[in-house]
Amino acid sequence: MDYAVQMKNITKTFGDVIANHDVTMDVKKGEILAILGENGSGKTTLMNMLSGIYYPDHGEIWINGKQVDIQSPRDAYDLGIGMIHQHFKLIDVFTAVENIALGLEKSEKFDLKTIENRTREICERYHFELNLQQKVYEMSVSQKQTLEIIKVLYRGAQILILDEPTAVLTPQETEKLFDVIRNMKADNKSVIIITHKLHEVLEISDRVVILRKGEYIGSVDTAQATESSLTEQMVGRKVTLNINRTDPVNPVKRLSVKNLTVFSQENVKILDDITFDVYGGEILGIAGISGNGQKELLEAIAGLQIPAQGSSVEFFERGMEDKPIQLIGKTPKMIRDSGVHLAFVPEDRLGMGLVGSMGMTGNMLLKTYGSGKSIFTDKKKPRKMALKVKEELEVATPSLNTPVSRLSGGNVQKVLVGREIAEAPSVLMTAYAVRGLDINTSYTIYNLLDEEKKTGVAVVYVGEDLDVLIDLCDRILVLCGGRVNGIVDARNITKEEVGLLMTNLRKEGA
Amino acid sequence: MSANVKTNIEQPRWRTVKRDHCSFGLKVLIRVAAILLALIIDALFIYFVTGLNPLSVYVVMYNGTFMTSMRFSWAMRDLVTLLCIGVALAPAFKMRFWNIGAEGQVLIGGLATAVVMVNCGKSLPGPMLLVVMLGASVAAGAVWGLIPSFFKAYWNTNETLFTLMMNYVAISIVASMTNLWRGQASSLGKLNMANRAGWFPQFLGQRYNINILTVLILTFVMFFYLKFSKHGYEISVVGESENTARYAGINVRRVTIRTMMISGAICGLAGFLIVGGRDQTISTTSAGGYGFTAIIVAWLAKFNTFYMALISFLLIFLQRGASEIASAYSLNDFAASIIEGVILFCILGSEFFINYRWVSEGKGGKA
Repeated sequence: MDYAVQMKNITKTFGDVIANHDVTMDVKKGEILAILGENGSGKTTLMNMLSGIYYPDHGEIWINGKQVDIQSPRDAYDLGIGMIHQHFKLIDVFTAVENIALGLEKSEKFDLKTIENRTREICERYHFELNLQQKVYEMSVSQKQTLEIIKVLYRGAQILILDEPTAVLTPQETEKLFDVIRNMKADNKSVIIITHKLHEVLEISDRVVILRKGEYIGSVDTAQATESSLTEQMVGRKVTLNINRTDPVNPVKRLSVKNLTVFSQENVKILDDITFDVYGGEILGIAGISGNGQKELLEAIAGLQIPAQGSSVEFFERGMEDKPIQLIGKTPKMIRDSGVHLAFVPEDRLGMGLVGSMGMTGNMLLKTYGSGKSIFTDKKKPRKMALKVKEELEVATPSLNTPVSRLSGGNVQKVLVGREIAEAPSVLMTAYAVRGLDINTSYTIYNLLDEEKKTGVAVVYVGEDLDVLIDLCDRILVLCGGRVNGIVDARNITKEEVGLLMTNLRKEGA
Repeated sequence: MSANVKTNIEQPRWRTVKRDHCSFGLKVLIRVAAILLALIIDALFIYFVTGLNPLSVYVVMYNGTFMTSMRFSWAMRDLVTLLCIGVALAPAFKMRFWNIGAEGQVLIGGLATAVVMVNCGKSLPGPMLLVVMLGASVAAGAVWGLIPSFFKAYWNTNETLFTLMMNYVAISIVASMTNLWRGQASSLGKLNMANRAGWFPQFLGQRYNINILTVLILTFVMFFYLKFSKHGYEISVVGESENTARYAGINVRRVTIRTMMISGAICGLAGFLIVGGRDQTISTTSAGGYGFTAIIVAWLAKFNTFYMALISFLLIFLQRGASEIASAYSLNDFAASIIEGVILFCILGSEFFINYRWVSEGKGGKA
């Protein structure tokens, strides 16, 4: 039997939303298959049915040529299917071996020594590097992922599914992961990778299955595919993937951050002595493995964190360049009242930037509801603003009063970005502005940022996709362990160099 | 390896699916259907368990609540008392501050009213006395709301437990005060029996018109406060997400405390209406559980004060009607409670059909 997996006419709906419609696809033994599709195209749902998390409404699943009924993850394990999810499912206070021991069949003897020895064999066979006695909370993201893979292999998985495995990895770690995947292929295992990164598809996979809006579009041998042919199938039409980058004209200092230090509530130093300047007319990228202080940095500037003594953030408002305004010690309201035009697109769109239960109009009001003397809110201006944002950014919403939480991710982000740039900011900070958005909306956002830059706005762009950071930004600040590990010229640097800066903290004073 | 995996494919015939949107007409239809279903179930219960004619029982229920002008005015009085507390809870609940301490806030407001009646009944002129009673009750209620919100705002204590416990504190204070006042008497009796100081006067020829009018005004004011005022906007944002509120520059602590003081103050006012306008006395049961029933009122109405009026009406009708049939047919109270309970159950249960629908396999799946 040639096929490891065959999925036939699979349909799955959630309410009125069709996640997968009549999808038929297969995976051969010893094959690396990439499942490519935009966010919301149903890649993860489809694989979740294979791993027993969801149950299909219609359709059949065949494993090794036999029809099967996968009702739980346990059934999937018994069939040799293992999935590594985007969010790891590990116990933080357990060691690597203890996590592997967890969830083994009850009939198996609980003997950590044997488990450890068998795990070590697996590590040697596939060239994993992992300290088996290390606790999970001491591990890096990449180590946790390695552990998840070992766990799945330990249980005898022949078919591995990896959901967006490289999203959290540096280029170096990605290379290591790909080596492991190639080793597994050599061992005649089938590997399925869910991804939306084209160059990775081209690098690692043998074959690509493309999904669009829950439907199966086609499958191509990777050898015959190019980036543009894959994009066309994924999006459904020809798209030009060009990020505009204009050269900064007449840069003026807008923001000067000096010795910024922030402690978390648990008194852990999250930002350590950060110093940098941002200029009008440029995009300053901020790179770093997630959780290295990006969120706190922007929040501290916006007045949402309480920095330690000695920190300073000076804001040079347009027309008042000789009179900098100190932002530290001010609440967001005080910052606004002091005449500073600071726009902030936070990472958590519905949890921080917007009010999900309100419509566009109500959300436009968020930062200005307090203006005027009346005890009642003025809804006229925000309605006009909402209308303008809706037209200019082509927000798809049934009405200006439809709760924004019901809109798609891309439209939610358009509402948020639209509001933030509507008030002519001098500095615009964005955190993961394109996370979860489809290709088209992502490029809309990139070009919007470039437009803002052309009008002299100082843009701070916290991003995770290094290719985009290098193509979009003028300078890139790399954060590592809460410290500035270098500010580099984006036009003269490679992805690998940035990746190194993200992981290896340079020596003091270097 | 796959030997122990079942290969017979079973699929459920029906699935529950979340509705995207429920039109107004459908909502009304579902609720009416729920009430009809409840009446049918109740009819079966009445017929088979008590052997009475269900229709005549329903008629007695209706007559008992509305037939005479006296009964009607009692029903209205109870309705506005319940509605007043529901209105008080609206801002707190909209902020996702689960104030289940209305009972205590009402009692403490009522106690403040009684204290003023007892101590100033002879010294202050009538209108002044009423104003002082009002001020005292509102202030007492506000303080009872302030305490849990202050702890929540500064130390993030659990407001549900805190407000619940505050009920028992209030009950105990009222109990000891009434014991103090009654002395050797078996019960407290009406306060200021001699000069009727602090008793609400008749207004437009009706005894409870002041209560009714006050609550009516409050209902409108609260509706506009929540929907159109800046405070109302802040309450919505804080309720939705505290992070968004901080991002927008809203002082979350201030809004939390202010809103709970308003909630407590209106509860205190309800206590004032009960003691000054209805009972002219106070006991630990003055609030009569309305502080808890009002939670159902506020929830079912989704914090819209006008819907609250409708739901209060229904609940009061059920309560009064049930006690009426209990006495008319010499049933015990439990039979009446069953009738009441079935209706409530059906109405609450109908929420399920407003949020979800059932589809049959193979047909609705592609809808």
